Amino acid sequence: MRTRTEQFLPFALLLPSIGFLSLLIVIPMVQALLLAVMAEGGGFTLENFQRMVADVNFSDAWRNTLLLLILIVPLQIVLALAMALLINSRFRGHGLFLYIYAIPLAISDLAAGILWLAVFTERGYLNSTLQSAGVIDQPILFLSFDNLAGILTAIVIAEAWRATAIVLVILIAGLQLIPRDYFEAADLFGANRLRRTVHVVLPLLRPSLQSALIIRTIFAFQTFAVVFALAGRNMPVLAGEAYTWYATNRNEHVAAAYAVLLLGLTIVATVVYLRVLGLREAEVQR
Amino acid sequence: MNARVLDRSLLYGSAIFLAIWVLVPFYLIAISAFTPQAKIFDYPKPLVPTSFSTETMQFFLEARGVLPSVLNSLLVAAFTIVFGLALGTPAGYALARFRFRGREAFQVIVLATKMFPIAILSIPLAVTFLQLGLYDNLVSVALVHTAMALPFIVLVTSGVFVAVSHELEEAAQTLGCSRWGAFLRVALPLALPGLAAAAIFTFVISWNEVFAATILTLRTRTLPAQVLASLSTSPLAFKFAGGLFMVLPAIAFIFLIRKYLMNLWGSR
Amino acid sequence: MAGITIDGVSKVFGKTPALKDISLDVRDGEFMVLLGPSGCGKTTLLRCVAGLEQVNGGRIRIGDRDVTDLAPRDRNIAMVFQSYAVFPHMTVGSNIGFGLRMKRRPKPEIERRVREGAELLGLVPFLDRYPAQLSGGQRQRVAVARALVMDAPVLLMDEPLSNLDALLRLQARADLKRLHKEVKRTTIYVTHDQVEAMSMGDRIAVMREGSIEQLGAPMEIYDNPATQFVGGFIGSPPMNFLRGAVRDSSFAGDGFAVPMSRSRADLQGREMVLGVRAEHITIAGDGIPARVMVIEPLGSHALVTVLIGKTPVKVQAPIDVAVQPDQAINLRFDEATLRWMDAGTGSAIPR
Repeated sequence: MRTRTEQFLPFALLLPSIGFLSLLIVIPMVQALLLAVMAEGGGFTLENFQRMVADVNFSDAWRNTLLLLILIVPLQIVLALAMALLINSRFRGHGLFLYIYAIPLAISDLAAGILWLAVFTERGYLNSTLQSAGVIDQPILFLSFDNLAGILTAIVIAEAWRATAIVLVILIAGLQLIPRDYFEAADLFGANRLRRTVHVVLPLLRPSLQSALIIRTIFAFQTFAVVFALAGRNMPVLAGEAYTWYATNRNEHVAAAYAVLLLGLTIVATVVYLRVLGLREAEVQR
Repeated sequence: MNARVLDRSLLYGSAIFLAIWVLVPFYLIAISAFTPQAKIFDYPKPLVPTSFSTETMQFFLEARGVLPSVLNSLLVAAFTIVFGLALGTPAGYALARFRFRGREAFQVIVLATKMFPIAILSIPLAVTFLQLGLYDNLVSVALVHTAMALPFIVLVTSGVFVAVSHELEEAAQTLGCSRWGAFLRVALPLALPGLAAAAIFTFVISWNEVFAATILTLRTRTLPAQVLASLSTSPLAFKFAGGLFMVLPAIAFIFLIRKYLMNLWGSR
Repeated sequence: MAGITIDGVSKVFGKTPALKDISLDVRDGEFMVLLGPSGCGKTTLLRCVAGLEQVNGGRIRIGDRDVTDLAPRDRNIAMVFQSYAVFPHMTVGSNIGFGLRMKRRPKPEIERRVREGAELLGLVPFLDRYPAQLSGGQRQRVAVARALVMDAPVLLMDEPLSNLDALLRLQARADLKRLHKEVKRTTIYVTHDQVEAMSMGDRIAVMREGSIEQLGAPMEIYDNPATQFVGGFIGSPPMNFLRGAVRDSSFAGDGFAVPMSRSRADLQGREMVLGVRAEHITIAGDGIPARVMVIEPLGSHALVTVLIGKTPVKVQAPIDVAVQPDQAINLRFDEATLRWMDAGTGSAIPR
């Protein structure tokens, strides 16, 4: 019967993706939970979590991850906002600049780490430039294990450089929804202009800012390859520990405990943001 | 100097400053990767290269495991594109064409998946794939990459099909096409550029992904997994060349799909 | 050739009824217009006939074949869409020949018929162009040619002229009418433009809220609207309505009394609406008192809006009519043309 098939067609079209996502998300999620609470030989236990917490790197990883989150996310938002407002003033050639600003969108965190390694490494371009300018007499060891501030700075810069593009694209899309009347001439730096930006544009941009904040926070928990590229094992982070426990220590149970921890953080962060920033529906609509 | 000129110069000044901030690392990695091996430890390094050589790039490409890993990366990306488009295009089409019960719910699922850190699920998946004998298999990596790319594919394709008027397909149906025939002959050809953009973005996601690829493979590494696994042992030159090599195709592809960038992360 | 029989068709979108038990016979070769305001169900009915929507009840027959459960392509119909739906990735020639190719006609036949179709619509110089290089009017003609070359006995048109500008629309209207005379397909034509309906239709089905309010020849509907809605929808300006009741030998309402020469005992005291067209009202020395509000000179005549009591009424007057705004005048109605409707239901009362 034709009527029947017409009715079920949309569901038939959605079924493959729904099925696939449940297979690749729901099942592994349950499994991660199970792995994390199962002992090596079987039976339930909290031992894996205890091992995770008791590990020498755990508190460092925890602190470093949060530190990176707190330093990187606001920096990305501010940078991206500046770029977005510039682009949105539609000056001649703004299309080219948008493309340039968006390039890091295509760069992996691993590649970003390596790119900035060329800058921050002992005989890298930063030291070279400083030395040539006569600012320093001998290279600074930015990425040495005892220079936490140096490592942090390098990672923050690399991540801000890379992922600002993602925030930028979200914000540009949000700005496009705001009627042009709000942005008459391109006098971005006039006092009126600045006030209008703060009082009119930012509130209108709030849903986009919120999406960007949530997405970037969630992915800041996963920060991993950029850290490995710049600091190696000198700077433990949560996602890196999950990798190490799985690949090096060969203990998938503790690795799964880390995975569960990261999932939990993701969920908590999302809920907190939605509660604190309100606009629950706005988020769902975006 | 009047206010307008000042305004303009500040505007362009800031725009150019930010552009330099974005572009400089690319320049530096490029000159690093094309510096002769012997000069890589020169200090202080000049910002304008004094010599050019493909020696470092050659060293990287001839290093053990690199070429196979490039091939693996390409294969994984190809699988991901095929799986992703096969699964995501029908869903995108359904979202674009039908008003049905559960439509909003599905959109929320897609958005939640877009933000979900799927790579983290690689650890339990690795255990499963080990049991199923699918561990260290490119298809397994492609499956995880597909899950990561799927929400983007659904969003892009639905946007693409919304832009192809439904009346065109209906007209084809009144002119002797079946529903499927109308899709094939009218909607698909018109949607092709958009679908190509979705495929390219899928490629970038897969080509860049490190965590899942590293966890799920042992010998059949993808390029990022290969580079990551050898980070602690490889010389600087290898890293720089690897970095440049990973970056280049991504830049080229992002250039091809710049028109669609807003659809990917931006709106629904 | 075949007629179309729509038998008790109903259609529901979610919980909203779009078509309520519609029955309509379209005769072989007839030009049937479905006319009504937006949301009345006219397009839905057309799409049900085309097979693009499935009916929830009732049957549809084309000729003596029940097509209710058939796919569009098996119904032997051709359709022209409001947006024209010309395929942008094909040349004009491939667009016109698309249906024939789908039917796997031999190549020489396709070429010949595409040529004929293009000649009929004046598209020969554009055969190798892409739709993006055509004007709106040309695209509309491509859509018509593409439907005509199918040689389907039934032609369905969904507001095919609504996207053209006014001047072009006039021309295209005449062209379509001439084409219909030449090819004599059974046609269902959907429009919200009553002038289009009047000028093109053999018969008009006026629709409202999912039902057919009146079915008839254009002049029949114009002269004898079955309801107040039809009278108000057809004609430019629409019919004037005055509310009142019959008292003895006149129809009296707020501020007026219309004399009735033929007494109607059956209507005494009944609340009614009097319908009168602008061209059936004359300005006279005596009669119903009214006050002039606006005078609109329209070239061939002037349209005078007056107030009778508190009701605005449009009067068609000679272009040189000597009245001023705010002037008190008297009106006379042509009694033979007056129409009566029940004030409650809006339905016409037999004369």
